[in-house]
Amino acid sequence: MAIITRQRALITRRQALIGGLAGSGALLTGCSRILQVDALTDSTSFQRVLAVAQSWTRATQRFLLGGGEMAREYKPSDISPHFKANGTLDPGGEEYERHVAQGFVNWHLQIDGMVAHPLTLSVADLRRLPSRSQITRHDCVEGWSAIGGWTGVPLALLLRAAGVRAGAKYVVFYCADNLDGDPAKGGEQSPGQYYESIGLTDAMHPQTIIAYDMNGKPLDVAHGAPLRLRVERQLGYKMAKYVRHIQLVSDFSRIAGGHGGYWEDHGYDWYAGI
Amino acid sequence: MPTPVAEAMSQTEQPRTRARREIIYRHAWPVRLTHWINALTIFIMVGSGLNIFDAHPRLYWGQAGADFDKPFLTLGPWPDWLTLPSYMDLADARHWHFFFAWILVLNGALYLAWSLASRHIQRDLWPTRTDLRAIPRSVIDHIKLRHPTGEAAKRYNVLQRVAYVGLLMLIVGMVVTGLCMSPGFDAFAPWLVAALGGRQSARTLHFLFASVIVLFIAVHLIEVVLAGPLNEVRSMLTGRYAVPREHD
Repeated sequence: MAIITRQRALITRRQALIGGLAGSGALLTGCSRILQVDALTDSTSFQRVLAVAQSWTRATQRFLLGGGEMAREYKPSDISPHFKANGTLDPGGEEYERHVAQGFVNWHLQIDGMVAHPLTLSVADLRRLPSRSQITRHDCVEGWSAIGGWTGVPLALLLRAAGVRAGAKYVVFYCADNLDGDPAKGGEQSPGQYYESIGLTDAMHPQTIIAYDMNGKPLDVAHGAPLRLRVERQLGYKMAKYVRHIQLVSDFSRIAGGHGGYWEDHGYDWYAGI
Repeated sequence: MPTPVAEAMSQTEQPRTRARREIIYRHAWPVRLTHWINALTIFIMVGSGLNIFDAHPRLYWGQAGADFDKPFLTLGPWPDWLTLPSYMDLADARHWHFFFAWILVLNGALYLAWSLASRHIQRDLWPTRTDLRAIPRSVIDHIKLRHPTGEAAKRYNVLQRVAYVGLLMLIVGMVVTGLCMSPGFDAFAPWLVAALGGRQSARTLHFLFASVIVLFIAVHLIEVVLAGPLNEVRSMLTGRYAVPREHD
């Protein structure tokens, strides 16, 4: 009798173990099917629910960073020996190739839109203006980080010179690279053309610069030559490379896909502080 | 102390064929509610987290780390039945992850506030000195799959206490390491990121803590099945738990 009872107990235990493991496995693995997550993900109304979190996160970070907190700056010895280049590595195209060959002497940065005095500045003009140097960590949305040294003109200085008109809320950056594979055609609204936008709070932050040097040398093509944006408290995709045109707007819903940036038009959040 | 329900139930049973099963009210409603919200949330966080992980399936130690740096660990890609959504999509996975991160935090805050105010954590979860001395015996009991009965079954044993308090700490750790990956939060609390060893260390710890949580869930479910799945699940749904009777 005792042996039978014991055997029974053993089977029960084994079954329990198998049951527990299988149960946890099924729960973990079957999670997506049970919840029909792919169908939910594709549903625009469900996406609108999920998007609520973006505004909570933005509001919370706006509150926490209300004092104009600075992103940490690092020592020269912290600089990554190889700074990964991502996105466009070379915009290509006849026009950009000509600029590369000429050492970007004819590259002009245009600042217009809702400003009192539109500006057109060459790279040499920008280099004559007061500059800021910072060694910061670049965080990619994919998960990696690299530390680099950047020198450039504070965007706030350029915006003050141009005179931001009342009602302007966003700064839009138009770039020379086309991520959908076509080389730059010159038309900044053509599909795939890289662009980005930030709010005025981030635009006026002291660490937000239009960088022309990286690690003490002029920016190379892979890292955005001749000009790129640095917005240190947000993710890498905000930091547009190959910038040639800055525009102040009250609303970006009519620009390209209407979400305020190339990656935003591909589903990524406009606020990239997380 | 039998509750009225327990008395009513025991009166209907025949003592000769079945022993009296005392029913106690084990889980208060805030515990039950937050348990199930948490259970769903953790599965969503793990699934969407693995999808996000696949965008750069390497872990590093320190502030920085990318393709050219020596990884601490390289894993994945994860199979599609484990990730949320099933196909690789960083933007959508982030939407899921950051929405349910808020649910996790709000639900966790509700649980902690109630549990501290009602002294649930202090009374039921925090191990006492006597509990800690009983760890070796409890380990042996667990290995032998021997579950407490009678009076001993009315309170959490020491391994349960350590596991549940540990889980609470792990979830706090998940939130902290998660926040430390945010460039915005890092400008607010750079010291916290530095204390964890850097942003990439925070990402590695986030992954390791999550792995321990998955291990907890597996052991937790095995124990539920071993201890009597119907009684255990019922107690987490209705609060009522039938105390296993003493061995002869």
